[in-house]
Amino acid sequence: MSYRVSVVNIERCIGCYSCMFACSRLRFGEVSLAKSAIQVKSAGGIERGFVIVVCRACVDPPCVKSCPTRALTPRPGGGVIFDESKCNSCKSCYEACIVRAVVWDEERGKPIICRYCGFCTKFCPHDVIVFEPVGRELLV
Amino acid sequence: MMDPSLYNVLYIDLTERKYEVQERRDLFEKYLGGTGVAIKLLEEECPKGVDPFSPDNPIIFAVGPLTGLYPLASKTVAMFKSPLTGNLGESHAGGRSAVAIRLAGYGAIVIKGASKTPVYISIFNDQVKIKDATTLWGMRSSYAVGRVLREVEPGAGKRTIMRIGIAGENLVRYANVVVESYRHFGRLGLGAVFGSKKLKAIVVAGTRSVKIDDLKAYMKVYEEIFRSLTETGVMSKYHVLGTAENVLPLNAMGALPTRNLMQTRFELAENISGEALAEKYLVRKIACTHCPIGCIHLASLRIAFAPGHEYETLIIPYDYEPIYSLGSMLGIGSVEGLLRLIEKVEGLGLDAISTGVAMAWATEAYQRGLISDKETMGLKPNWGEDVEVYIRMAERIAKRANEFYSALADGVEFAASKYGGLDFALACGGNEVPGYHTGPAALVGFLVGPRHSHLDSAGYGIDQKALRSLMTKEEMVRQIVEEERFRNVLTSLVICLFARGEYKLERVVKALEPVGIKTSSEELMRLGAEIQKAKASFKAREGYSPYKVRIAKRFLETPTPLGKLNEEELRSMIKMYIEMAGLESIYTSSN
Repeated sequence: MSYRVSVVNIERCIGCYSCMFACSRLRFGEVSLAKSAIQVKSAGGIERGFVIVVCRACVDPPCVKSCPTRALTPRPGGGVIFDESKCNSCKSCYEACIVRAVVWDEERGKPIICRYCGFCTKFCPHDVIVFEPVGRELLV
Repeated sequence: MMDPSLYNVLYIDLTERKYEVQERRDLFEKYLGGTGVAIKLLEEECPKGVDPFSPDNPIIFAVGPLTGLYPLASKTVAMFKSPLTGNLGESHAGGRSAVAIRLAGYGAIVIKGASKTPVYISIFNDQVKIKDATTLWGMRSSYAVGRVLREVEPGAGKRTIMRIGIAGENLVRYANVVVESYRHFGRLGLGAVFGSKKLKAIVVAGTRSVKIDDLKAYMKVYEEIFRSLTETGVMSKYHVLGTAENVLPLNAMGALPTRNLMQTRFELAENISGEALAEKYLVRKIACTHCPIGCIHLASLRIAFAPGHEYETLIIPYDYEPIYSLGSMLGIGSVEGLLRLIEKVEGLGLDAISTGVAMAWATEAYQRGLISDKETMGLKPNWGEDVEVYIRMAERIAKRANEFYSALADGVEFAASKYGGLDFALACGGNEVPGYHTGPAALVGFLVGPRHSHLDSAGYGIDQKALRSLMTKEEMVRQIVEEERFRNVLTSLVICLFARGEYKLERVVKALEPVGIKTSSEELMRLGAEIQKAKASFKAREGYSPYKVRIAKRFLETPTPLGKLNEEELRSMIKMYIEMAGLESIYTSSN
């Protein structure tokens, strides 16, 4: 079964960014808010709360379809696998993802694609994000 | 090795409209960051005896080596010469400021000079721009300024938007800088220094990364600190009710300053307690960047403005200090009234504590006939009776509407020197008093602390310990000195003081190791003592003397939970403080 990160209690988000720091720490060994596959944003003034963007692990991912070099391939059960060696930095995947879950790494000129490890969810103090099987929301 | 971006100090000159970056490894290696680095930069940049409103008065922001790296290392230190006290201006704020500065690639920012026309500074990584702020000048509310800048500047959600309200523009000597709408560089008038430079706002955003020396060790220490902060309940006070939790316990022990400290128990404390606010008004808790606690409590207040279910809804941050200063201190026991007043004061960019204390003095002065309707421009302040009066007073202070309000805008001590009533003008070292009439340790801390703030040494905690078990005055002073030094360590790093229980020295040492800083508890405390001396030197240089600090009679007349305070005893404790902290050569009794 494929897992993914889901945003289940967005109204509980306090905007601490612990999830983003977790992602950049594990993935890049760096402290950063730019290099994270999960993105927290304010919804327009923090009194209105926050928006969290994660890869939804699409079953038929638009980013894959847009990739001219097959750097992105579908992951069985939903989501994508990224092979950086094949990436030509064309940014098509970034444009194709309308939720902006494909984060653009300006430094490397490559997309940051979620690896569905769930590490970020371990640092959410209010269960805003959970690590769960793909498609669960459709089942319940 | 520390990630070298920390050593970058961004120097901005508003007069010349230029900037440069200097690598100041020397400062950061010796003083870590935050308060330690800021006081050294202030020594370098602030000419002796300079007018706080002179272009030569620098504004310094500093973050530290743990900023961005660990939870709750989330604050920025600001230093400047205070227009309120005429000596050390030091103020700390959270919000998104610290991480934004670090990830923009800086350890500190120094702003000097002054613009002739209103400007704001936009910092996005290495792009620094000084932009026209004419249209923002005079804007009614600091909230609105944030809304405008949010639209025109990059970095949504991860940037800091620091700005002043009209109080800062009008050089109210205790004007704040509002950060992310709900946090502040409060106390001592940084907002007025902004105003004197025609600097309306600073936006900082960054997309850089910080590299870690020993990643494996870092991950381990991080996890340990994160789990401890979020799972042990050690921080629950700050998350659950927030600092507003203090209202009822302080009231119960008779330490909640009420009606200009004529009383220490407020019969309406229940109405404005953390519990009451949480149950009926709290709608959201939010956090500073990289803080999983979320102590920022936002209340929602629905106000009917016309018949037919016409409502406006205000979102208002609350904390213990504004509840004290704009609530019990003014006798305001209506939570709706209190929240409306807080919203007004924050929108104007006034410091909540100073404004409340100044208006409390004004109320008593009015009732005693020291000032009349002429001075108040027809307003009749009367303890809590009519909140609208206090809302109007705050506006008039922010606008310096007449000679009287202008005097109030110069601080309660100044106003009382002019109109009388110094005995009940509650300032310590020139700074309006915070809300803890707990006993001698708190008051001595306010009188001698570098910021004259409850945050310098938390004497209220020492008093409460003394309530439980007898403590000599020497022991109290020893604890003040030690706590102040320890806090200098934390604020150099710049760790939120709410996390002081978690970031004990041993843990700080452990947290520093993976980023290439090897130190020990003893070494850190030595640094804390050195910073204590550096701050005292600056204060002494600018004319402050703890020997001559004024103690208002009201502090002595109104009993604390530890009994009535005695001036002689307080003075002897001040002397002890100077000796124990080793400040005799700095504060000589003759100056």
